[in-house]
Amino acid sequence: MSNLEEKMSSVNLNAWFGQKQVLKDISMSIKAHTVTAIIGPSGCGKSTFIRTLNRMHELVPGARMSGQILLDGTDIYGNEVDPVRVRRRVGMVFQKPNPFPTMSIYDNVAAGLRLTGTKKGKNLDKVVRTSLEQATLWDEVKDDLKKPGTSISGGQQQRLCIARAIALQPEVILMDEPCSALDPIATAKIEELVVQLKENYTVVIVTHNMQQAGRVSDYTAFMYLGQLIEFGDTTTVFENPKSELTEKYITGKFG
Amino acid sequence: MTKKLTGDNIFKVLAAVMAASAAVILIINAYILITGSTLILQQEGINFLIGKNWNPVIGRESFGVLPFVMGTLVTSSIALLIGVPLSLGIAIFLVEMAPKAVKVPISYLVELLAAVPSVIFGLWGLFILRFWVQNYVETPLNTYLGWFPLFSGTPLGLDFFTAGIILAIMIIPTVASVSREVLTAVPDSIREGAYSIGATKWEVIRHWVLSYGRSGIFGAVILGLGRAVGETMAVTMVIGNAPNAMPTSLFSPGQTLPSLIANGFLEAPTPLEKSAYIGAGLVLLLISLIINIVAHVMVTRVLKVKGGAVE
Amino acid sequence: MFHSYGFRKFKNKLFFVLCLLCVVIAVVPLLSILYEVIARGAPQINLEFLTANGLQGGIGPAIQGTLILIGLTSIMGIPLGVLSGIYLAEYGNNKYASWMRTINDILTEFPSIVVGITAYSIIVVGLIGTFSPIAGAIALSFMLVPIVARTTEESIKLVPNSVREASMALGAHRWRTIFSVVLPSAKNGMITGTLLAVARVAGETAPILLTIMGNSYFFQGMNQPMDALPLRIFLNSRQPSAELQAEAWGAALILILMVLVLNIGVRLASRGRLRR
Repeated sequence: MSNLEEKMSSVNLNAWFGQKQVLKDISMSIKAHTVTAIIGPSGCGKSTFIRTLNRMHELVPGARMSGQILLDGTDIYGNEVDPVRVRRRVGMVFQKPNPFPTMSIYDNVAAGLRLTGTKKGKNLDKVVRTSLEQATLWDEVKDDLKKPGTSISGGQQQRLCIARAIALQPEVILMDEPCSALDPIATAKIEELVVQLKENYTVVIVTHNMQQAGRVSDYTAFMYLGQLIEFGDTTTVFENPKSELTEKYITGKFG
Repeated sequence: MTKKLTGDNIFKVLAAVMAASAAVILIINAYILITGSTLILQQEGINFLIGKNWNPVIGRESFGVLPFVMGTLVTSSIALLIGVPLSLGIAIFLVEMAPKAVKVPISYLVELLAAVPSVIFGLWGLFILRFWVQNYVETPLNTYLGWFPLFSGTPLGLDFFTAGIILAIMIIPTVASVSREVLTAVPDSIREGAYSIGATKWEVIRHWVLSYGRSGIFGAVILGLGRAVGETMAVTMVIGNAPNAMPTSLFSPGQTLPSLIANGFLEAPTPLEKSAYIGAGLVLLLISLIINIVAHVMVTRVLKVKGGAVE
Repeated sequence: MFHSYGFRKFKNKLFFVLCLLCVVIAVVPLLSILYEVIARGAPQINLEFLTANGLQGGIGPAIQGTLILIGLTSIMGIPLGVLSGIYLAEYGNNKYASWMRTINDILTEFPSIVVGITAYSIIVVGLIGTFSPIAGAIALSFMLVPIVARTTEESIKLVPNSVREASMALGAHRWRTIFSVVLPSAKNGMITGTLLAVARVAGETAPILLTIMGNSYFFQGMNQPMDALPLRIFLNSRQPSAELQAEAWGAALILILMVLVLNIGVRLASRGRLRR
C-alpha cells in the first residue's frame, strides 16, 4: 500500500489550548483516495487533530499550534497561504449535523458555492443534484428541495452536510465523529457512503467507535493523551497491534 | 502573520470603529457639557455645587444647584423605598412561586409597564395619581401627623412625594427584571440543600437565595436608582416645580436636576444662565455615570456575562 | 432560626400573599394608565383631530413629526448600533471590545435630558443655528445606538457556533459568514429588539423638548421647529385649558397605541415564530 500517493501529512505537529498541550509531536501521512480513521478515548486530541488539517483549530480562542501540515507537499500554515483557500480544498463534516437553519435543502448544498462566490447560474442546479446524489440523499429529498434544511431527519441532515461539503469539490473530506448523534440505521448509511466517497476524495474520519473504524477505513491511527500511539493499515492495527496500549483499547480494556 | 488588506480585515476594522459609537457619544456629551459649563463654574466656583440659592434675576445672579441635587436624592430615595420591595416581591413571585401559566402573562405586564412612555406616566400622574396621593395618603398623614416636619405643609399632591411614587412605579420593570435574572442564576443546589434540612419556602428564600444573590440584587437596585435619577418628564410634570426650594417636607413642591433643566433651559435669557443649566446637566451626568458604573460592576459580576464568540 | 412549625407555616403563607400583593400593586398603575388614556383620549379621536394642524385643534403635525423623527433617528442610529453589536458579538473577545461593551451598557441608562442639551448645543446653537428635526433625531439616536447595539449582540450570540463553523469550513470568509449565515439566523431577534428600541425612543420627550421645540404647523423644513406627540402631550398638559388638556389625552392615546401595538405585535410575532 505504500506505493499510494501521499495527499496530506502532519510533521511534528503540536497544538495547545491556552497553556494546555493537546497534541504532542504528531507526524503521520494520509494517502490519496483512502479512508483514514482516527480512534482513541475521549479527550485524546483526535478532534483537535483533524481541525488542524483545515485550519479550523485556530478559530477557537486561545488555540495555538506548531509544526507543519502538508497538503500536496505545501505547508498550509505557510505565510502566503490563505486559510479560506485551504478550507475550500479540505472540507469538513461535524459531529452534530449543522445545516444552515435559515436555508432550504437546495440552498444548503449551494451555500458553499455562493458563500465563496465561485459559481452561479444554471450550473448550480446540476452541482446541487450531483452532490446530493453522491451523498445518496437525492432520491429522498428531490421533491422537497425548497423545504428548510432542518426539516429532515438527523441522518438525512448529516448526509445533507456531506453533500454541502462535496458541492465545493474538495480534495479531502474531514469527518469529526459524523455518526455520534445518529441512530444505527442512519449510521449504516453514512458508513456505506464513506466507503463510496474515497473513489473521488480522500477521507479522514474521527470515530469513537472501533467497529466503525474497522468497517470503513484503510488506515487507522490510534491516539492517546495527545500522542499518536500507533498508525498503520487497519487490518494490522486491529489484528496485530504493535503497542500494548492499542491492544488494550481495541479489546475494550479501557476507553 | 502580516495583516493584509482583505475583505475580512476591512470589515473587521469597520465594525471595530463602529463599536466605538457608544464611547464617542459619551465623549461628545461630556465634552459639550464641560465646555458649556465653564462659564458658570468660573463665575460661581465651588458655590455652584454647595450654593442653596438659584436666582437668575439679572444683577443679583446666584446659581447653586444644591436644592436640586437634594430634590433628586429625595425623590429617588422615595422611589427606592417603595419600588425596591415591590420589585423584589414580583421577582420572587415570578422565580420561586408562580406556576408557568401565570408567569408568562405577569412578566408580560411588567414589561409593558416599561414600554409606557414617561410623558404618559407624567400625564397620568398629573391628572389621576396626584389626587389619589393627595386624598388618600397626604391629607390623612398631614391631618394626624402634621406636627412631624416630613408631613407638614399643605398637601397638594404635586410635590416630592408624588414624584417619588411615580418614579417608584417607573423603576419597577428595571429592578424586577434584573432581580429576576439574578434569582434565576442562583443554583438549584442551594435551594435543595436548604429544603433538605426542612426549611420552608420563605426561609429558603430569605436565608439562602437572597443572601446568595444579594450583590446582584444590590446592582439591580442601583440600576433602578440610575433610572430614577435621570428620569425627566414624569417628574417635571408632578413635582410642582417650585423655584429654588430646599426640600423641607415631603409634601412641598420642589425640583430635581432634570426637571430644573426641562423647565428653564430654553427660556434662559443670558449666556450665564444657560451655562448654569448646562452645569446642572454636568452634575446630573456625573451622578448618573457613577451610579451606572457601580450598578454595571455589581450586576455583571453576579451574572458573569462573558462576551464574544469565536475569534 | 426556626420557631414552632405552625408559626413557620403561617409566615410562609403570609410571604406568598405579600409577593402576590406586590404583583397586584404593580399592575394597578398600568391598568389605570391604559384605562384613563382610553377613556379620556378616545372621545377626542376623529379624522379632523388626527389630520388638522395645531391651530385648528388637531395633532396632525405631532403625528407627522413623530414619524419624521422615527425615520431620521432610525437612519442615523440603526446602522451604527447594528455594526457595533456585530463587532461585540463576533469579534468581541478582547480588551477593547469589553471596554466598548461596558461603555455601551452604561450609555443605555444615560439621562435623557443630557443628550437634549448636547444636541441643542451642537445643532441648535452650532451647526444649523435653529431648532431642527435633525437636532431631535441626533439626540434620539444617541439613545437608540446603545440599545440597538446591545440587542444585536444578544441576538447574534444566540446563533449556535456550529453554524459559524459549518460556513467557515466551507471556505467562506468571516464577513461572508456573518452576512450570509449568522445574520439571517439572528434576524428575528435583531428586528424585534430594534423595533422595541425604536418604540421606546419614539416616546421620549426630554431630548426633543430642547431640540425641536414644538410647532402648530406641519413640517416646515430641516431648519424649523417641529412638533411631536410626546412633546405635544407635555406642552398641552401644562396649559390651563380643559380643551388643550383633552387634546393631550387624545395625543397620549395615539402615542400609546403606536408604542404598545408595536410592542405587543412584535412580541407576539416573534413568539409565534419560535413555536413553529
